[in-house]
Amino acid sequence: MTFLTETLAWLLDPAHWVGAGGIPTRLAQHLLFTLVTLVVAAVIAVPIGFLIGHTGRGRGLAVAISGAFRAIPTLGLLTLVALWVGIGLNAPYVALTVLAIPPILAGAYTGFEAIDRKIIDAARAVGMSEMQIVLKVELPLGLPLLIGGLRSATLQVVATATLAAYIADFGLGRYLFEGLRIRDYGEMLGGSILVILLAIVLEGLFALAQKLVVPRGVTAGRPTDIPGGSSRSRPVMELTIEEGNSHVRNE
Amino acid sequence: MFAMNRGRLTLIGAVAVGAVVALAGCASGDPLAEPSNSAAADTIVVGSQAYYSNEIIAEIYSQALEAGGFTVDRQFQIGQREVYLPDIEAGKIDVFPEYSGSLLQALDKEAVGGTSDETYDELQAALPDNLRVLDKADASDQNSWTVTDAFASQYGLTDIASLTKVTEPITVGGNSELETRPYGPTALKEKYGINIAGFVPVEDSGGPLTLKALVDGDIQLANIYTADPNIKTNNLVALADPDGLFFPDNVVPVVSEKVDDSAAAILNKVSAALTADTLVDLNSQSKNDQLSADKIATTWLTQEKLL
Repeated sequence: MTFLTETLAWLLDPAHWVGAGGIPTRLAQHLLFTLVTLVVAAVIAVPIGFLIGHTGRGRGLAVAISGAFRAIPTLGLLTLVALWVGIGLNAPYVALTVLAIPPILAGAYTGFEAIDRKIIDAARAVGMSEMQIVLKVELPLGLPLLIGGLRSATLQVVATATLAAYIADFGLGRYLFEGLRIRDYGEMLGGSILVILLAIVLEGLFALAQKLVVPRGVTAGRPTDIPGGSSRSRPVMELTIEEGNSHVRNE
Repeated sequence: MFAMNRGRLTLIGAVAVGAVVALAGCASGDPLAEPSNSAAADTIVVGSQAYYSNEIIAEIYSQALEAGGFTVDRQFQIGQREVYLPDIEAGKIDVFPEYSGSLLQALDKEAVGGTSDETYDELQAALPDNLRVLDKADASDQNSWTVTDAFASQYGLTDIASLTKVTEPITVGGNSELETRPYGPTALKEKYGINIAGFVPVEDSGGPLTLKALVDGDIQLANIYTADPNIKTNNLVALADPDGLFFPDNVVPVVSEKVDDSAAAILNKVSAALTADTLVDLNSQSKNDQLSADKIATTWLTQEKLL
């Protein structure tokens, strides 16, 4: 029980809530680090994922490479990069970006792949350009899965960002490393709890976002919203004559 | 909607159960405690720090003891002093290579240090009744405040006090425990009035990352152990310490009551042969020639006719 009381005492000590090494500063640093890493990883992974998802090409390569990325031990990569660029935040940014890319990439292309090919064909048939198909059809329909990818990347980054403190005076990882070195397990557990809380908050935000980004048309088409109605009859009720034709042909 | 809510409830339930189980695990005492020692009564447990040089010395002790007919259980790489000291005090480890001054400071915060012999005598007195130290070696591996050669000549640095001559702010780098040690950045500020700008944690115990940061100028002052061969190869200067900020750190085996006179005699012979240059040379074989601790130990013991 002593650990829990020590942890509580550590968390409630007002001295730990002020100054450069205080909890609010460290939390803000940790959050900033996580956000920057995610943005950089998304800028790299999302366009590639969209390209793969749209063209259907290079999927095998992407799976193989991102699989290999996932297997890289982050602390090892961080040390290796740090030996090259020196201490500070650059090496942790590189190592954590490598960690965040695979789930975002997977979210981006599976989002496109999960779309019913008929919808894409329909979009092409009404004369949409490839760019319009990507932006107006595939992107909105694939967004929930992309957000899912971002969500799992966030979870990994926010937990692993503690490694930044290995070579920089930055983030919540400082409490973990310091607590471990001086055997202050209250501090260590307190730092871990802060990381967990941050992860839960971010997880909640993403869960909300994932719900909100589902296009209205898709939500309306969900069978649960139309008690007694069949999902297949829905488009006919909503859409125009062309759909009606296809409906007739299908029947 | 209902199905989704139920799924969420299940999830929350699973998280809650998981948390309770995890916290219960925390509550039931020290999660890092070793399971009760199953080694036979006549086995000598030799431990070492998570520090390559300490492991080499521990391996030398082990092989020498084995050559003397003892059975040895090696428990190497057990972290820093804060982690393993309670295990030594509890008698779970029988032989541990230690450093006289640092161990003294860990046991007695009020210790005064002094010369190598005075520190050794103080250490004998500070140890709990069930432990003793055998003869100390001539070799020492102590903390030092180290700067680059260029930085030292730029400001004419010779000893720690001369750091006050530095006009630029000094950033200190090292393991995070350094920040709170009695010779850490706070002591430099308060005892000497040195202009310390900040502390950067580099958690590799004066290893390659610390060296690179020092050579690149990301940090100006690092804690590097004096037996580190890199001091020579990287043109570093370990600042002299005339005031005894760091206690003399001679290599000395801390032993439990299980170590009898014949085992003690073996370890004393090893300590007698372990000179300062020897230790730097052994470390260099590990760091620069990438030899394993057991090979280095065997070669040296054979050379000294201790095997």
